[in-house]
Amino acid sequence: MRAILIAALCSAGLLLGGGCATTPEDQAAAGVESRTAPGGKPGADTRAVQPPKVAAVDITGKPSASALAALKDPNNILSKRSIYYDLDKYDVKDEYRSLLEAHAKYLRENPTARMMIQGNTDERGSREYNVALGQRRSDGVKKMLTLLGARENQIETVSLGEEKPQADGHDEGAWSKNRRSDILYGGEY
Amino acid sequence: MPNLVRTLIGLALLLAVAQARAQLEIIVTDPGAQRSPIAIVPFAGEAAVGTSLTAIVRADLERSGLFRGVEVPPLSPPPTENTPVNYGEWRSRLADALVLGSVVTHPNGRYEVRFRVYDIVKQAPLGAIAYVFTKENVRAAAHRVADFVYEKITGEKGVFSTQIAYVVRRGAAYELQIADADGERAQYLLRSNEPIISPVWSPEGRRIAYVSFESKKPVVYVHYLEDRKRQVVASFRGSNSAPAWAPDGKTLAVVLSVDGGSQIFLLNADGSGARRRISNSASIDTEPRFSADGKWIYFTSDRGGSPQVYRMSATGGEAQRITFEGSYNVSPRPSPDGRVLAYVTRNAGKFQVALLDLSNRQVQVITDSDRDESPSFAPNGRMILLATVIGGRGVLSAVSADGRIKQRLPFAGGDVREPAWGPFIE
Repeated sequence: MRAILIAALCSAGLLLGGGCATTPEDQAAAGVESRTAPGGKPGADTRAVQPPKVAAVDITGKPSASALAALKDPNNILSKRSIYYDLDKYDVKDEYRSLLEAHAKYLRENPTARMMIQGNTDERGSREYNVALGQRRSDGVKKMLTLLGARENQIETVSLGEEKPQADGHDEGAWSKNRRSDILYGGEY
Repeated sequence: MPNLVRTLIGLALLLAVAQARAQLEIIVTDPGAQRSPIAIVPFAGEAAVGTSLTAIVRADLERSGLFRGVEVPPLSPPPTENTPVNYGEWRSRLADALVLGSVVTHPNGRYEVRFRVYDIVKQAPLGAIAYVFTKENVRAAAHRVADFVYEKITGEKGVFSTQIAYVVRRGAAYELQIADADGERAQYLLRSNEPIISPVWSPEGRRIAYVSFESKKPVVYVHYLEDRKRQVVASFRGSNSAPAWAPDGKTLAVVLSVDGGSQIFLLNADGSGARRRISNSASIDTEPRFSADGKWIYFTSDRGGSPQVYRMSATGGEAQRITFEGSYNVSPRPSPDGRVLAYVTRNAGKFQVALLDLSNRQVQVITDSDRDESPSFAPNGRMILLATVIGGRGVLSAVSADGRIKQRLPFAGGDVREPAWGPFIE
């Protein structure tokens, strides 16, 4: 939200003090200005170099260290990465609403961040049909995240079908842990 | 003949190391089934090879469920393919068919097996042939002999020389393996720390397409058996899975989520060209399989509310529902002759293999286990290989297309799954 507000203020010219970043294409060459003394000899009229303020834009795809740390912080909701489903269900239950809001906010605030959502099923039935069912789960999570403001191209949805169970048993206790979507961020896959 | 020698030597290079031994357990569930008694006299001179060729031939023929080996006492002198046959004597031994032969050791270290097949009831020779082989290929040679005998007596091609592919999981390690149809001479093509699923043989048997999860998502590869080259053929954004070969060997049907959902596309099997989408639904369309004539694609879809088998033209278009009984019918596999469809059906929580006669719509469930998956027809349509779970462990099982004969291939260690029966070897 803060990012959106800043962007809006920038475009309206309301922020002063060089706080607005511009994209590289828009930006004129900035840097050290070298001056030559009237006599033509360097050093005769030396002034302190005062580079103009540069508003940096990082498009290398790395969220800030603090943002990355938040993803791993067990006390931060962003470290929660799994969404579990009822039998034969693909919709995200209400209890995961705040989890998805937090991840959507992270994607909004870190537009270079990338996410992979892996859908999973329990072991019953055809392996390939389960790949398709897992895809339906990961697609459902992506849809919610984009409705909450994440950009479509930030998120890739895939399915692992029944191939990567979290629990190894053959009963509902295990199956309920295996019907899930897992969220991974760029660098984790 | 030089072709066969080349083939067998080629096989020796390909199948250098046996990785896992399998033992077949044959269960004939219908003891009233008529099995034709056949006498296979140990071939004179076969001791020189070090492996009993005729024992392998007999095991092959018995595994088909159509034959029962007749015990033959030691004969002196041992008869060969040139010995005149006393039909009355073999009739009194209760044999309907007889195989006589010999193995000659050539100076170059190769062996030659020569043999003749007789119909004892009709008192007539059925045919004779000779194969040359090297010591390492005695099993391949024996399977050739069994195929010849089987074809002369039944009129149908045998599948003893064919190979099977399957996936073995041991803990976190996965291996895509190939083995002879009897489970022997197993070796791996690919070893990975991530799952491998859905192997399918190309029509000529020199390539296998499969899905590997090594890049943390499903990606379709084509693996060339001879040089072990592997090529990514579908790695689009999203999931890439469920490969199926068109009978021309040039086209693969795959399931991609790149356009959203799970939809069926065609690709060139060599990775060239663009993808062509052929299914167009808002539901799941997956598990495509071409009919043997290449005209149809059978697939699984939940467009009607539950997963059922449909078919459409191989170029796309309107789909027609094929299965109606039950609420879960998946993994369609059309038979090689196009008359029957095998698929997996769920009955009261049990997953079993069913056969649908495509002409009269009769359905027959042919297994009695409860976690059957991935049925795969033998190229002659007589048997169906499938994966099931017994005692908590994945095993391969084969069932005759009439459901009367069942076999298990319990491999040593690991979970075995995802079987695919290879084509006839030319």
